Amino acid sequence: MRTAVIVFPGTNCEHDVVYALEALGGEAEIVWHRETSLDDFDGVILPGGFAHGDYLRTGAIARFSPVMSDVRRMAENGAPVLGICNGFQMLCEAGLLPGALIANRDLSFICRFVDLEVVDTDTVITRLASEGERVRIPLNSYEGNWVDPSAGGRVALRYVDNPNGSQARAAAVANERGNVAGIMPHPERGIEDILGSSDGQVLLESFLQSLVDYPLVPA
Amino acid sequence: MTTPTGPAHQKLGMTDDEYESIVGILGREPLPAELAMYSVMWSEHCSYKSSRRHLERFPTEAPWVVVGPGENAGVVDIGDGWLAALRIESHNHPSFVEPYQGAATGVGGILRDVFTMGARPIALWDQIRVGPLDQPKNRYLLKGVVSGIAGYGNAVGVPTVGGEIEFDDCYSGNPLVNVMCLGILRKEQLVLGTAGTPGTIAVLLGKATGRDGIGGASILASASFEDESEEKRPSVQVGDPFEEKKLIEACLELYEKSLVVGVQDLGAAGLSCATSEPAGRAGLGMRIELDAVHRRESGMTAPELLMSESQERMMAFVSPGNLDRVLAVADKWEIETAVVGEVKPGPNLTIRHNGRVVAEVPAASLANDAPLLDRPSARPGWLDDVWSAQTSVNDVEPVDLLLKLLDDPAIGSSAWVHEQYDHMLFLSTVIGPGSDGSLLRMKGTDKALAVSTDGNGRLCYLDPRRGAARLVYEAALNVAVAGARPLAVVDNLNFGNPEKPEVMWQLIETVEGISGACEALGIPVVGGNVSFYNETDGVDIHPTPVVGLLGLADPMPSSPPRWSQANEGMEIWEVGPEPTDNLAGSAAQRVAGEALGGRPTAPSPERARRVVTLAADLAHLVPVLHDISDGGLAVAVAEICIASGVGARINNAEPAAMFSEDPHRFVVVMESGTADLPADLATRVGIIGGDSLSLGSGTLDLSIITNAWRQALPSALGV
Amino acid sequence: MKVTVTINRRPEIADPEGTTVERALHDLGYTETSGVRMDRVVHLDVKGDDAVAVKALVEEMCRRLLANPVLEDFEVEVTS
Repeated sequence: MRTAVIVFPGTNCEHDVVYALEALGGEAEIVWHRETSLDDFDGVILPGGFAHGDYLRTGAIARFSPVMSDVRRMAENGAPVLGICNGFQMLCEAGLLPGALIANRDLSFICRFVDLEVVDTDTVITRLASEGERVRIPLNSYEGNWVDPSAGGRVALRYVDNPNGSQARAAAVANERGNVAGIMPHPERGIEDILGSSDGQVLLESFLQSLVDYPLVPA
Repeated sequence: MTTPTGPAHQKLGMTDDEYESIVGILGREPLPAELAMYSVMWSEHCSYKSSRRHLERFPTEAPWVVVGPGENAGVVDIGDGWLAALRIESHNHPSFVEPYQGAATGVGGILRDVFTMGARPIALWDQIRVGPLDQPKNRYLLKGVVSGIAGYGNAVGVPTVGGEIEFDDCYSGNPLVNVMCLGILRKEQLVLGTAGTPGTIAVLLGKATGRDGIGGASILASASFEDESEEKRPSVQVGDPFEEKKLIEACLELYEKSLVVGVQDLGAAGLSCATSEPAGRAGLGMRIELDAVHRRESGMTAPELLMSESQERMMAFVSPGNLDRVLAVADKWEIETAVVGEVKPGPNLTIRHNGRVVAEVPAASLANDAPLLDRPSARPGWLDDVWSAQTSVNDVEPVDLLLKLLDDPAIGSSAWVHEQYDHMLFLSTVIGPGSDGSLLRMKGTDKALAVSTDGNGRLCYLDPRRGAARLVYEAALNVAVAGARPLAVVDNLNFGNPEKPEVMWQLIETVEGISGACEALGIPVVGGNVSFYNETDGVDIHPTPVVGLLGLADPMPSSPPRWSQANEGMEIWEVGPEPTDNLAGSAAQRVAGEALGGRPTAPSPERARRVVTLAADLAHLVPVLHDISDGGLAVAVAEICIASGVGARINNAEPAAMFSEDPHRFVVVMESGTADLPADLATRVGIIGGDSLSLGSGTLDLSIITNAWRQALPSALGV
Repeated sequence: MKVTVTINRRPEIADPEGTTVERALHDLGYTETSGVRMDRVVHLDVKGDDAVAVKALVEEMCRRLLANPVLEDFEVEVTS
């Protein structure tokens, strides 16, 4: 079971995601955004960072990268696809998740631990968690404020105190099938107590479990 | 801006003596492009001509030093095949002109210095000094500088894990922004800024060249360099963290594949520096074709191309057989390249533009032959008056003074700043901002690196030698309380106008102070930066050395001490020499509204060594360690209470002892008997518990001190 | 009166965002494109009936707040 961790120019969390997946017993490989095939992989993570410098709009240029057509194909086939932070922004820009991410309510970058609450356990990132469970992991973003005029998204996790002003306090959102999810805080930064928390483990373990159960929901 | 009049060399800021030296080297009058190159390479900023003879005092050797001062960054051996590269730089003037871009490009520059050596930059620290926040201009500057560091550092993907802010009137017209960067690399990946051997090809990587940074030196504002109007020469460089990120990844891939002989970044003095320094180091010459340089603007003259400080550019020196592979790596990372020249035998750097030779000079003469100055120095006459001033807080209620200290933006929580910085990337930050020293684990090893950056202009104003020495000792204790032993120092010397003998005296004393402390601790200075002319309307800033100290924890404590680990019933111990009632230069003196005065307590090399070793050992045993510095014991204990969410009682709260900042002291909080503390150094001063902090007869609710501390900086900023 | 302010980075100042967007356009096949610059437009309603005075007032706003004179030029257009 292998996960492709996609790197765009400007991505910076790829090594952290690979480290965390491997620490949890998964297998992951870094894939450059100009690759066109993800046939060798069972799932995809779009990690955080500043793809294309966040210029124009976050994620707006990355969605046109060659690799994204295969990401879309996998998403449509029900494979686990997770976007973290900047990756969440890309999935929204690509239309694989509802809504969009705009500047934080207070117009400042926020880097600190935040408390989240599990709302929906039927998603690629929450299936091993229990409803109402609290997880504490770091947030690290400027455009982390999720808005969805269609009000159609499924909220997987929400903030306990909404630091960036997200609609429905959403911290993580999934598609209808639950196989595609985006999360604004960083689960990979919360897998060891020495760094402040290991609450993020259950989220990434959920992702790894989803690889085994692929396809999550039959198409 | 006034246009300097007089001969061309004077317009470029050069003296008649320097001009004569050039004529002596060349045996003829220099061409315009040659004069431009000498003017930037022999500038104070690049040549250290006023300070160099004094900097030779620094101890620079130790068995673990791999690269000492003079290269792009210092490099030390940290064992098991790993090296650490470190460097500190100032971006003071650019940050005043445009705080966001000034600070941002400061970050970009220091990163390039470190990844030029073959290292992956893993962390940044920033030291910011501005005037008091009751002036709107200073609030604007601080916000702009913090945004610039966040904007660049976050996007380039290097965490900013610590730093300091200081406020003083002397920085109102001249803010200081110093940034330190740490990188790590495998031994075999070390790259030096050398041009290699004849035949080696010079490849310019990165952003297209524009007129960035040229007008700032006021030197091209003259008619001697053809017809470009002054408005066309922006002095503000604009940073592009996205380009830098690609450049980092591309260079690291080049190093990993051993595709380059040497690398030099383009910072101050741009192409002039990136050609002459590597050639000079290799003892060779070089031929450069300016027509090949990829550029953003048309009509650039040869002097402009040679002096441009456009950001995010690197010069790689490549064997001809590897050129195609180098270009392929750059292409993968979507980086522009230009093959601009070739290394030649013999000493000369030959520059061609529009088909003709515009410069032909000995490469090493640009890099090394700036006439050094022996500027006069004199002890300031005002020092005796300043020393005679007395400060006493004996008639102040300690809890009142403590509350004032916690409510001070320089002492209160720095969360408003550091929560704007990504300080967690790379999963290494075991102890991050808002503590004594930062502790960064090295994944896959038992080791951790600790860093502390420290400055204190007020202390150094009162006694630059003692002040500077105390900075080194404080930084050493800061890394020790994180469990590390000191390894090496970099320094950033921010000073006023060196043409004043008093400023030179301050510099010499500072260098002596840093050197003495480093010798006492047995650690070398592996790099530094000097920033002169920090003055406004003829008034100099306080002498403000900033010290960055790297320590190694091997092994890293399995559970490192943290301020947040105090629990009900634990004992509070003060360790170190008994404090005097000397408050010269202290935060208490400032916050109590007393004039800056007195002579700071002298540090003790023997004590310093002993407490540093003791603290580093205790870090493996006890839950809480905290260096005593700004605000003394009272603030140290208050910070532990706030972080742990629990109160404390200090028994014998003599005001002077509560707020003394005498050196070599730290706090231990532990369950009774957890560690044996030496009886001659350790005093039990109180106990953890309750929901208030008591100093002698006075008491403050934990919620009150917590709020004061949290709100100090945001409310001073009006955010 | 309706006022439109266009704020653009002075031509000689680097525009990393414009450069990156231009590259992305080229990647999408729009290779005939060049000179991409990312400007900002601010729309204001300003009380007053003297277009010259309103323009002068908004220019003052630009110098003081809306534009960064170190990096940017601005153009003020009073439209009605």
